[in-house]
Amino acid sequence: MNRIDHAFQRESRGHRLIPFITAGDPNKETTLDLIRLLDAEGVTAIELGVPYSDPLADGPVIQAASDRALAGGMTLAGVLELAREARQDGVQTPLILFTYYNPVLRWGPASLVKAAFDAGFDGFIIPDLPLEESGELDRIAQEAGLHLIPLVAPTSRERIRAIVSTRRGGFIYCVSSLGTTGMRREFADGIESFLDEVRRQSTVPVAVGFGISHPDHVKRMTEHADAAVVGSALVKRVESLGERLKQSESRPQALDEVRRFIRELSGRDVPATSGK
Amino acid sequence: MTSRSAVQEKADERGRFGDFGGRFVPETLMNALSELEAGYREALADESFQQELRRLLAEYSGRPTPLTLAENLTRITGGARIYLKREDLNHTGAHKINNTLGQGLLAKRMGKKKLIAETGAGQHGVASATVAALLGLECRVFMGEEDVRRQRLNVFRMELLGAEVVPVTSGTRTLKDATNEAIRHWVSHVEDTFYLIGSVVGPHPYPEMVKMFQRVIGDEARVQLLEREGRLPDEVVACVGGGSNAIGMFTAFLADEAVGLTGVEAAGEGVDTDRHAATLTKGSPGVLHGSLSYLLQDEDGQVLPAHSISAGLDYPGVGPEHAYLKEAGRVRYTIATDREALEAVRALSRAEGILPALESAHAVAEALKVAADRSTSDVVVICLSGRGDKDVESIRQGLEGMLHESD
Repeated sequence: MNRIDHAFQRESRGHRLIPFITAGDPNKETTLDLIRLLDAEGVTAIELGVPYSDPLADGPVIQAASDRALAGGMTLAGVLELAREARQDGVQTPLILFTYYNPVLRWGPASLVKAAFDAGFDGFIIPDLPLEESGELDRIAQEAGLHLIPLVAPTSRERIRAIVSTRRGGFIYCVSSLGTTGMRREFADGIESFLDEVRRQSTVPVAVGFGISHPDHVKRMTEHADAAVVGSALVKRVESLGERLKQSESRPQALDEVRRFIRELSGRDVPATSGK
Repeated sequence: MTSRSAVQEKADERGRFGDFGGRFVPETLMNALSELEAGYREALADESFQQELRRLLAEYSGRPTPLTLAENLTRITGGARIYLKREDLNHTGAHKINNTLGQGLLAKRMGKKKLIAETGAGQHGVASATVAALLGLECRVFMGEEDVRRQRLNVFRMELLGAEVVPVTSGTRTLKDATNEAIRHWVSHVEDTFYLIGSVVGPHPYPEMVKMFQRVIGDEARVQLLEREGRLPDEVVACVGGGSNAIGMFTAFLADEAVGLTGVEAAGEGVDTDRHAATLTKGSPGVLHGSLSYLLQDEDGQVLPAHSISAGLDYPGVGPEHAYLKEAGRVRYTIATDREALEAVRALSRAEGILPALESAHAVAEALKVAADRSTSDVVVICLSGRGDKDVESIRQGLEGMLHESD
């Protein structure tokens, strides 16, 4: 069974959380540490972002992370290698490759799906590949046992049915607000009824993301969805801890701060002194 | 006289020209694109919309633009007769206004009150701001910070026309990033905002729609040339950045297999350097700004920065129909360097008293070569897409640089 499907069947130790991190920000070693940490915290899945020159679905926080990772030399091949190392370390959490379509096209969809499978990925999120353009990749991914996770937006309306009807597993990614990724105070009007509607139509779990940055958001959203994606808020945290994450002496403490944030988001008790 | 051509002239139902085109955008925009496509098809079929557009093109922009026989240039070159399709004589100084009037009217018809646009050199921004003022729409123009600096006068013009210019600080701070930012803004405000794309790029139906609004260039040139010469041209030459003036010009002749079509890309400092914008010549298929076309990219699929002395050609992508026409072998795509463009500016200015935009000068540079190789009974038409007033400072610096080199 695909690890994503398994993860949604598993009992959760809090609200189901799907964190996004940009691979290679601030460096490869830190990304690997973060994957191990998130795995240990029992998150539902991890989105590993491939840095890209033109991330047009992303807001300033993830754009900046992408720039830093590219400047540090991270590539799609490097992201695959990260996943492979994480799996060798025993990481069991589902890994989702988040990438724009052009690198996929450049690599070749069929060989990328194979490489992603071999590296230990369980699915893909490609924000600029809508249903109409995703047929070939979806077919190849399904044959390999990987899920192409589709996005559904508050503007999707009558498209929802067509989008969810093609799913045999994985989950549906609901965009909580118009716009790009980023932390927000407000979600789209009627977000709850939108999520309920998608849930009603879908035979697979429903996750919600874009703008979720606070434990209250996670709590509110997971009343209407099976999981919440947290991207920019976590990436921002990693950005602000960047220098401390890079230095070996300050790293454990910095990772501890990330761990604390993840526990807060997932609504679990945060011990007064956690970890080391 | 016209032979049937196998070349596909309209996007198919998926928005593809051959393998190219399509819709590669966030899901949030998909319904907006369907609504746009429906609105555009209704407008095309509505005689009152067509009438209003024709009226504005004639009374406001000054169409039809003349077809000028460049007698002196023809004599100097010593080959084919050279004609200039004078898009430089449009209101606001370039062909861009044909498309902004069309899309502006469409936006109004669809009930949108806010326009957004992206601009590199500023010509499309100025044309968008102009149309917004005319039609009483709000207008916000995204422009790379680097281009804001280089094109201060056009920034001021847009502001004078009532538009808000938003400097974009991400990425290379040029047109590519201004376009990313315009798309990001559109995703956030899709319900009340019309995105006025300035070239035959972007997701379906933009490439086809912009072509429809620009085909007036070629349609007029064809009629004018038949009146003057009693025959079709042997060669039609146009510059290609995104490629809207070229598509507008070529469309009228696509089915005439005897008419040679040449698109000229910016070779910048040379295609052997990394400082050029020759997407079709040096790029490979890829996805940028919502469609599958040719792209300047590295082996990992990261988009590479483009360079040209002409800010309007300084773009790493190209319209998907051009990618198709290249692969179909219907259009020959070639290049002109910064230096060749500057020399063409000087040649056209001195011979004819016409100062072309640096973009158009790339077409002039190639057309002079083509004309020289042809017999005096042949006819070459150049799409003179815009005037050079906006570029005078860049031209001065460029020509001075060339003088220093030859010292």
